[in-house]
Amino acid sequence: MEARKIELLVGVFITAAIAALVFLALQVANTTGSLRGETYTLYAKFDNIGGLKVRSPVKVGGVVVGRVSNITLDREYFEPVVEMKISKQFVGFPDTSTASILTSGLLGEQYIGLEPGFMDEGIMTLEDGDEIFMTNSAMVLENLIGQFLFSQGND
Amino acid sequence: MKLLVNLGRDTLNVLRGMGNATIMLFQALVGKPQPLKMFPLLMRQLYVVGVQSMLIILVSGLFIGMVLGLQGYTILVDFGAEQALGPMVALSLLRELGPVVTALLFAGRAGSALTAEIGLMRATEQLSSLEMMAVDPLRRVIAPRFWAGFISMPLLAFMFSAIGIYGGFVVGVQWLGVDDGAFWSVMQASVEWRYDIMNGFIKSLVFAFVVTWIALYKGYTAVPTSPGISAATTQTVVYSSLAVLGLDFVLTALMFG
Repeated sequence: MEARKIELLVGVFITAAIAALVFLALQVANTTGSLRGETYTLYAKFDNIGGLKVRSPVKVGGVVVGRVSNITLDREYFEPVVEMKISKQFVGFPDTSTASILTSGLLGEQYIGLEPGFMDEGIMTLEDGDEIFMTNSAMVLENLIGQFLFSQGND
Repeated sequence: MKLLVNLGRDTLNVLRGMGNATIMLFQALVGKPQPLKMFPLLMRQLYVVGVQSMLIILVSGLFIGMVLGLQGYTILVDFGAEQALGPMVALSLLRELGPVVTALLFAGRAGSALTAEIGLMRATEQLSSLEMMAVDPLRRVIAPRFWAGFISMPLLAFMFSAIGIYGGFVVGVQWLGVDDGAFWSVMQASVEWRYDIMNGFIKSLVFAFVVTWIALYKGYTAVPTSPGISAATTQTVVYSSLAVLGLDFVLTALMFG
């Protein structure tokens, strides 16, 4: 009887732990946002990436379609190259698409906003390993202030 | 001169202790597995170490989550960012407080009990009698307790985080009026399974290993007198708390730095 009761309570203990884990998995962690399954890689060169980090989201119209997987510096032109992994669910962006580094909210995290371009004859879609040529760099506050002061000085 | 001698002796003693502890653990764990003999012993220890620690873990987890909700809200509401309460509570629990506070409580609740129990076994010569009966006390006494601690602490840390997040939800949403949907969805947007929850799990595994190991070693080598066991129990709590906090810094720097 004693041994049976202990086994029962240990069973309850393990069940409670599994329930806690399931709660964490389903209710707390994002199961959809983290990219599961197949991805393909796109590259983009920027003049300045600001505060972009590895694992920052790539969004199309606010929907997360991928994440930044690597940030390196181009050896030839010394420009930052951002490698993005995009979910295979979202294929077929035209290669006239624009990648911009945006900020969510006033002080929020920086992310890559992908703006799909126009489709026309002779325009290819972006495939695995392609580069997005049209990019807008991050807004750097110091540069903005500098430009503002400069334009004030001209008056 | 005398200072140098003392320093050398202390260093050698520390090293010798660490070596002995490693040998003890190695002898206890490595060998032919005997699942039939081990299973009832392990069950019994899981009950003592895990089930009996559950209440204190759940209660403290609930209150720590509630305090996080309350404190976080009063600061975040100044910036109009009270939706960020969800990720604040969840991330601080999953990454830090869950593993660390569980380990500290576990050292106080179960680690000290393990040390006192094994120390008293040594004092009353139960360990020697086991050896007389050709039963290896390391395999019979130390091994099931080690596995029980190693298994149950990560599970307790999961419970701690889960109920802490629930506590933060109760205070933040139901009492202070943060939006229900925003609380969960912003949390889900910022908590990642592999990055946050798994790193917290790895932390709690490391802490479980260290705390249980220290508790068992201190008990096994306790001086078999009343003050000896008392000192060993104190040392268990002090050393494992310090080890947990120190390792936490190193692990955090490696994982999130």
